[in-house]
Amino acid sequence: MVVTGAGIITGLGCGWAANAEGFRTGRKVFRPVTRFDTSRQRCQLAAEADPPAPPATRLPPKLERRLDRAAIMLLLAAHEAWSQAGWRPADAPAIVLGTTSGEMAFGQAYLRQALAAPAGRREQATRVVHYLAPRQGLDLCDAFGFQAPVSIIANACASGANAIGQAFQLVRTGRAARALTGGYDALSHLTFAGFDALHALSPTGCRPFAAGRDGLLLGEGAALLALESLAGAQARGATILGEILGYGTATDTHHLTQPHPDGDAALAAMNRACAGAGLRPDQIDYINAHGTATPQNDATEAAALNRWAGTDAARPAVSSTKAGIGHLLGAAGAVEAVACLMALRGQWLPPQVGDEPADPACRFNLVRKPTPAALATALSNSFGFGGANACLIFGRGR
Amino acid sequence: MSRIFVRGAGAVSPAGWGVAALSAAAVAGDPLPLRDLPRPGWSVPLRIRSVPPPPAAPACLAHPRLRRAGQLTQHTVVAALEALGTDLAEIQAGRLRVGIIVCLLTGIVAYSRRFYEAVLQDPATASPLLFPETVFNAPASHLAAYLGAGTINYTLVGDEGSFLQGLALAAQWINDEPLDGCLVVGGEEMDWPAPDALRHFSRRAVHGSGAGALYLSATPTAAAVELAAVTDSFTFTLTQSRTLAARNMRAQLPAGAPGELLCLSGRNLSRFDAAETAAWADWTGPRLAPKEIFGEAFTASAAWQCALACASLRGGGLAAVNVSVVGGSQQAIGARFIALPSREFPMPDERNQS
Repeated sequence: MVVTGAGIITGLGCGWAANAEGFRTGRKVFRPVTRFDTSRQRCQLAAEADPPAPPATRLPPKLERRLDRAAIMLLLAAHEAWSQAGWRPADAPAIVLGTTSGEMAFGQAYLRQALAAPAGRREQATRVVHYLAPRQGLDLCDAFGFQAPVSIIANACASGANAIGQAFQLVRTGRAARALTGGYDALSHLTFAGFDALHALSPTGCRPFAAGRDGLLLGEGAALLALESLAGAQARGATILGEILGYGTATDTHHLTQPHPDGDAALAAMNRACAGAGLRPDQIDYINAHGTATPQNDATEAAALNRWAGTDAARPAVSSTKAGIGHLLGAAGAVEAVACLMALRGQWLPPQVGDEPADPACRFNLVRKPTPAALATALSNSFGFGGANACLIFGRGR
Repeated sequence: MSRIFVRGAGAVSPAGWGVAALSAAAVAGDPLPLRDLPRPGWSVPLRIRSVPPPPAAPACLAHPRLRRAGQLTQHTVVAALEALGTDLAEIQAGRLRVGIIVCLLTGIVAYSRRFYEAVLQDPATASPLLFPETVFNAPASHLAAYLGAGTINYTLVGDEGSFLQGLALAAQWINDEPLDGCLVVGGEEMDWPAPDALRHFSRRAVHGSGAGALYLSATPTAAAVELAAVTDSFTFTLTQSRTLAARNMRAQLPAGAPGELLCLSGRNLSRFDAAETAAWADWTGPRLAPKEIFGEAFTASAAWQCALACASLRGGGLAAVNVSVVGGSQQAIGARFIALPSREFPMPDERNQS
């Protein structure tokens, strides 16, 4: 199973080159939120993206004008992945996407008008249509001129990883010849206020695995992968960006928002991914941790990583790219998958720049500065509300 | 590929709590009475079909994870437990492993609306208790916690057809994953923004709420029916109209034969039903259109179609049921359920020994 296209947009920029350079150097892109008023929140920072105009596609201009940020970022990532893969409309990939909220801006606008002007109908039907998550998947079909099944997985912050894992299974088992898969989410006031209400947002900065960490910062963006079989990619001479070697998922039934302190489900997801890949923990060179920088998540993930690696726990290089671009929720797993592919292609470790002492629970090698490395494999963790745990393993490709 | 069987079905619907109430209302064939739902800013209420109060509070709702959960979660769990039947105890004891797929369109409307209204008033005072319950996968998470099911668990978001996508995914999991079975649940919640939104597409559309569930396994029981096929999902795009998608879906299901029932997603709204009506114009057998009775409850409606298909087959007299779903915004997709000859049923003792 190989990746022949990857598209990405985050606060680091739009496209592979800008993001690869940002991940390689550990650049941080947090700034005051401009999309909505945060003056009454504990936190005012996020990693906003600056999406350029949508790319030229087959979407009718009238439809294109209606797109909002989430759909535009998805389209930008898809366009890059599609172009890189060199697919044609006749290739009609299955579409498997992850998101937590679709195009929430339309849902919020709908409710605001429904409350403020109960008799008003103007634009409301359009808002309903474009709010619903499947709409963004259908827009992808129309943008590239094909028709294919669209699946939307909403497993909270593991959505993007679960979507890639599901697409991986579809292609691996021959149920689909190829798949366009990944995740997307735009910053929304509802979600920002929600994490702030939970005191999950940091008023001091995002510092994954630091002893003094006090919360996460949100980001936004999208990332998509073009997946196909190795044989199919080789037959058409496609450039292979990397391989997906394994996928594991498990459910933590401990609490709706709090992981079990022992990290049983995270451990199960990593073990299943390794088993699927036919790899032992000591054969994993880099781990892109979920690493939100909330006290509970990082402690649980550290416990799970220690148990998973066993006596080898001090060896694997670990970092959380959320230190630079924030938590992208439904897009996180997909963006971090692309970060792993970039690290494997470029042979470097993505650092989380900072010198604050690490949590003593972290027995692993936390990457703190830009570091060249010989990497053959990378593992990416994604954990979410509801106990959604997912793990993907990538290979450098051949 | 293993054959896939429906071991159980569950429903919470405007007809009441349980598949029996759903079936009785379907057999009666009369649209259920409308109820009033106040809509802020309007003097006239919305007219909806919602779930009536249960005769007695289901015992499962006393579970710590369910006491504060919203109606969608509660309906999801109750429908799922009915579908599981006696296997529930085996699952909770860790002797059976089940995957969970919950299919939603609008999701947790009530808590989302309440939380966002609070944010609009003052985000600094919005309740931290509400926000986690607004997340799409909250019902699936609570169900997994109740069952103690730590395996694979997805929430799919889509139109009515996503429930049938869920059935196909469950069949995939049963073949590929170390699972003994898989629950697929469709649910729709009642809070005023949902029926309010529906009115922008048709003043005659009636919003419904509730949940429906099927429990699938590779192992049949005496009461099981077979999920013989799920068609491809044919999306509505610029290159494939709703009419073409419905026709393509219909082409993947067998022509009707005596003793077969067609269970449609029609709403008795010609503008929305035209594609499905045209696709099945040649069907000469009996038809059932549950949405006309229960209202438009999106993924729950599709789940009720399938639950009714299974109940009809278990009732005897039918050989097969084709379920046709031409969704509101995304896809046309169908499924076929068939009755099992009695010789295929292992006796309960045989199953316990296997």
